[in-house]
Amino acid sequence: MTTTSESTPTPSTATAPGQNGGGAAAARPIEVVRVLVPKRSFRSELRAIKIVWRREMIRFVNDRMRIVTSLVQPFLFLFVLGGGLQTLVRAGTHGVDLKTFIYPGILCMTVMFTAMFSAASIVWDREFGFLREMMVAPVRRSSIVIGKCLGGATVAALQGVIVLAIAGLVHVPYNLELILGVLGLQLLLAFTITAFGLAVAIRIKQMQSFMGVMQMIVMPMYFISGAMFPANGLPGWLTVLNRIDPLAYAVDPMRRLVFSKLNISPIARHVLDPGLTWWGWHVPALLEAGVVLALGVALLGVAIWEFSTTE
Amino acid sequence: MIRNLYAMADSNQPAISVSGLTKRYGDLEAVKDVSFEVGAAEVFGFLGPNGAGKSTTINMLCTLTKPSAGEARVAGHDIVTERDDVRRNIGLVFQDPTLDGYLTAAQNLKLHAELYGVPSELVAPRMEQVLRMVGLWDRKDGPVRTFSGGMRRRLEIARGLMHSPRVLFLDEPTIGLDPQTRRSIWSYIRELQEREEITIFMTTHYMDEAEWCDRIAIMDQGEIVALDSPETLKAGIGTDRITIQTDDNDAAMLALRERFGVEPQILEGAVSFGVAGGEQFVPRLFAELDLPIRGVSVSRPTLDDVFMSFTGSTIRDAEEDPSKMRNRVMMQMMGGGGRR
Repeated sequence: MTTTSESTPTPSTATAPGQNGGGAAAARPIEVVRVLVPKRSFRSELRAIKIVWRREMIRFVNDRMRIVTSLVQPFLFLFVLGGGLQTLVRAGTHGVDLKTFIYPGILCMTVMFTAMFSAASIVWDREFGFLREMMVAPVRRSSIVIGKCLGGATVAALQGVIVLAIAGLVHVPYNLELILGVLGLQLLLAFTITAFGLAVAIRIKQMQSFMGVMQMIVMPMYFISGAMFPANGLPGWLTVLNRIDPLAYAVDPMRRLVFSKLNISPIARHVLDPGLTWWGWHVPALLEAGVVLALGVALLGVAIWEFSTTE
Repeated sequence: MIRNLYAMADSNQPAISVSGLTKRYGDLEAVKDVSFEVGAAEVFGFLGPNGAGKSTTINMLCTLTKPSAGEARVAGHDIVTERDDVRRNIGLVFQDPTLDGYLTAAQNLKLHAELYGVPSELVAPRMEQVLRMVGLWDRKDGPVRTFSGGMRRRLEIARGLMHSPRVLFLDEPTIGLDPQTRRSIWSYIRELQEREEITIFMTTHYMDEAEWCDRIAIMDQGEIVALDSPETLKAGIGTDRITIQTDDNDAAMLALRERFGVEPQILEGAVSFGVAGGEQFVPRLFAELDLPIRGVSVSRPTLDDVFMSFTGSTIRDAEEDPSKMRNRVMMQMMGGGGRR
């Protein structure tokens, strides 16, 4: 080796002495693998997004405890609350099991809480320093946020699939159209909630504060959304809150989808699945999904902007 | 010696050049008008007490913090306008750990390689190489959370090298490690520098570690107060201490006074005196002193002496000085300026 000039490094190999495995001088000539890091390109950004996404997957698969614990709450709501209140509300549900009624809401709930936890991982990453490793990489900050968001959405949707699998227990048929539709809606909701969680999490430095903020925002959002009750005939103030709650636009199409495959009386359908209205106009399911998507994209934009402006 | 030749061969193209770099946090100047150059394949040490501005300087050079004034080029690229080019060419090992404990060592390195765009066909061979170098190849599939502090630090160094950076920044690479691990980290660093011809820029507040560097800059209160090789800096203190054992101390002292013009004294039964360039002096001593010498020792001034002569206090005192502590706390409060 005669030169140190590295101004045009190439992926070449050179021989150097002094390789050793454990610190002792076991002289064995080895190849020095040199790496040329290419200029930033669209492809390198895609690679960055993919690896950030894959990290979320690896961590999800490794963390079986989390898979189990995040199912506790939805199952508690579904079977304990749903089963327990059944006797009280029997008259009002026109023969439909209360568990069946709240099932679409539970599908949303699972996704929502898992997505929030996924977004929280950015707070952990900051606390444990790993965020720094990603921040200093020669990639766009937006690639990291997009990778995180897609990763969180995938994880949340996977959790949702587990809840989807128990449909039979609450008298919902396993219908292909229904399953695909629910999957699509879950993915969409997971994406939006993860984006929202990220937009909040990026500004928050400590896990405890994040959890506090989440409790303050997520629980009210969930209750107001109509996941546990039909969204018509509510008191005026609650109707207003319900219509501006973005989660309502995920819960409603989910319920319409599930109810469309149920064999129930027209009166039960009318009472339990009234659909969302804007000043008396029935909002189509596709528009509702569009609202969720638009919101998700906007929140992702906010998260990217925030992430790019933090040092 | 070879090292120095490398440095000289490329001295026209410094790995790092800094001029007038300044960082202010409000009224506090954390780094004041700092200028220096680091040659290619040099091991350059930044020395100073906590809160002296070392980490702030390193953060600016790594493009993590924007300077308030002045400019710097790293690996030929401007740290403000060519941020990405700088980042592609540098490796970073932070003071605080930045590994994902839930991933294995190999997964951590793979993630790094993907983020830095290392060509896929080179990821596996390069990973094997860097892991072997730090002696973690057989632990590559172990989850990082099971690793000891020393192993983690070694893994971080390996990761910082995955993309063959031209400059490796190490912020306090040995802090909090036991002496044995510290020594082994240093032998990796030296081996690395020789094998990969990489420029190493590191900060430390361990005086003994600075001896491993080709050149060191001593930083105190945001300013560089001295910059040279450890030998030159110590030589700048002036005198080495030579101690000789003779059968007749009085005669030896007389002869030393008359022939060499030094002022000897008796220390613990031996004749001791200070002289510039102690090693060159010893042959003269043997040739010209007409007395049998039974033993001789030359002791150099330490970097602690150097630090003392430039800052007026030892590094430990400087850290314990409450006014400086206050600065440090203030810096950390203001957006974590000390470390982030």
